[in-house]
Amino acid sequence: MSSLIAWILRAIPFGTIIMYGAMGEIVTEKSGNLNLGVPGIMYLGGFAGFASAYYYENLTANPNPVLSVVIALLCALIASTLGGLIYAFLTITLRANQNVTGLALTTFGMGVANFFGVFILNGSSYSAAPLANKAFAAKIPVLSGLGTVGQVVFSYGFLVYAAIVLAIVLFWFLSRTRMGLNLRAVGENPATADAAGINVTRYKYVATLCGAAISGVGGLYYVLDYNQGIWATTEQIEALGWLAVALVIFTTWKPLNAIWGAYLFGMLYWLYQFLPSLMGISVPSYATDLIQMVPYVVTILVLIVVSLRRKKENQPPASLGIAYFREER
Amino acid sequence: MTKATQTVHEPLLRIAKRDGIPFGKKVLVRAVAILLALVVDALFIFFVTGLNPLAVYGVMYQGTFATPVRISWALRDLATLLCVGIALAPAFKMRFWNIGGEGQVLIGGLATALTMVYLGSSLPAPLLFVAMFVASAAAGALWGFIPAWFKSRWNTNETLFTLMMNYVATSIVACMTNIMRGQASSLGTLNKATKAGWFPVLFGQRYTINIIVVLVLTFAMYAYLKYSKHGYEIAVVGESENTARYAGINVRRVMIRTMIISGAICGLCGFLIVAGKDQTISTTSAGGRGFTAIIVAWLAKFNTFYMALISFLLVFLERGASEIASAYSLNEYAADIITGVILFFILGSEFFINYRVVLRGETHKEGK
Repeated sequence: MSSLIAWILRAIPFGTIIMYGAMGEIVTEKSGNLNLGVPGIMYLGGFAGFASAYYYENLTANPNPVLSVVIALLCALIASTLGGLIYAFLTITLRANQNVTGLALTTFGMGVANFFGVFILNGSSYSAAPLANKAFAAKIPVLSGLGTVGQVVFSYGFLVYAAIVLAIVLFWFLSRTRMGLNLRAVGENPATADAAGINVTRYKYVATLCGAAISGVGGLYYVLDYNQGIWATTEQIEALGWLAVALVIFTTWKPLNAIWGAYLFGMLYWLYQFLPSLMGISVPSYATDLIQMVPYVVTILVLIVVSLRRKKENQPPASLGIAYFREER
Repeated sequence: MTKATQTVHEPLLRIAKRDGIPFGKKVLVRAVAILLALVVDALFIFFVTGLNPLAVYGVMYQGTFATPVRISWALRDLATLLCVGIALAPAFKMRFWNIGGEGQVLIGGLATALTMVYLGSSLPAPLLFVAMFVASAAAGALWGFIPAWFKSRWNTNETLFTLMMNYVATSIVACMTNIMRGQASSLGTLNKATKAGWFPVLFGQRYTINIIVVLVLTFAMYAYLKYSKHGYEIAVVGESENTARYAGINVRRVMIRTMIISGAICGLCGFLIVAGKDQTISTTSAGGRGFTAIIVAWLAKFNTFYMALISFLLVFLERGASEIASAYSLNEYAADIITGVILFFILGSEFFINYRVVLRGETHKEGK
């Protein structure tokens, strides 16, 4: 029982990282832009958030936790939006190939984060922002003490709950508001949307930038909460970014599915550590290596089942990956 | 439309599609783009590190060209990256999003390594190489075939499928290296004593075979895509599956066949890496090339000779950056930034090749 709880306590924070990445990408893809730069954007957001929190903590005499959260969030949002802007300008205005631009952005973002990260590390293998970490990881005061339920439900940092709220807001936005419907129209058929008087370029820009900002929060959450406020030169965020892209397809472009999908991913990801103790067996280390493939195999199986059902509403936006040029119809 | 209404409603800048652009101008646009990117990178280097950018670029050049050994390393890396690019080209030309190059390379490398270890002492050298070749190509082909089969049958999303196959391959490699190394802390060099399954040194060069194989593949893939019936079918399926079906092309078969070829060449690349370069296998043997090669293939529009040029540019930057890193005690991630900026500029420059910006009041010429 206790290892089950420990498992959930690892899975939900893990899921939250890729949930942010995936929700950002859902918004972006709804406008018809396939942004494979999510890992890069998560690097930018994570690093900017960490760097700002780190300098704020170390350069001010009496750092205020709330202010450090605000500063880190703001910097992460700005940095990831700028990353999104590079992508948006190249693919929307200059109509560059979306896949290559996204991959280049991933390379670029990873380079920027790790390059400047070295200056903060300054020779050591990691550096930390303990104050910001404490603020980001603060549990809900009274409720988290309420026995097992309190531990499992209420003992996470505020970004975990914000992610769930955001998923619900996005669901409402995409399916219940005029702007959301317009956005979906742009992603399905930009020419028709254009004819209906929707400003395609503006929608694509806003969606891509907002999407990047949301994805960037995933990186921030990884560094300042999940990773205990520690920055080290890492390739881990890239792997998480790809998982986020995978989760988008897994959720069939629906924000509400991202909630349970992300937590399921988290459970499966940590399976290798908790399965042996749950079943009360010991497993040789080479078998542990094999168990690590379970989340990916399950994803493949779900993918196949979804494709077997062939439902219309489970399809990607029809014009995903294609640049829109008004005179070319 | 009368002239008066035109000037009232026309925006200041307007974008029009170009019909075609002379070859010389195309080269010029790209050269300017790379030059601008280098200027931006120079500014970045100067403002961040305070170093003289020209000196830094000089050091960068040394990274590839300073000594014959470095040139041979650069050629080896170029061959490896280009090989994955060649493998991915037919898949992407067919609009099949094979982002599983990484896994296909890894599983090919693993098949090679297993053959080396378990058959290295029992087979004569020529047979061993044949076995390694067949095993790696078959393993890679299988990794390409699985997603292709599901895609052709039930239209299963191949982007996610191939991406997931990367992780499956990584797990298998981790598991097998774990078994092979036994109690040792790492796998180390395979067949160190016998050198069974190592590519021999040819013409005084360790990597001659790698380079020759990739060179042959470059020509072969160019011809395959451009002049063969298969290549034509790939192009038609890539443009429109419905058109292909209407023209009597068996889309399912083309898809599966192309992915088997794509996967097999990726597997072969794993063979080259294990037998000709590292003489060992690890989960990072593919080194992200499965993703970088997508950039290579797309930017070159699947022309294998352009792919060689772009691979060279990327390898040059990577080697140059690690040289900068050690010369100025910076870190190698500078390479990623510089590469990213150059790619952004090249991608952006395509706009000026495909479109032209028309100023208000300029006469309309695109009609003729």
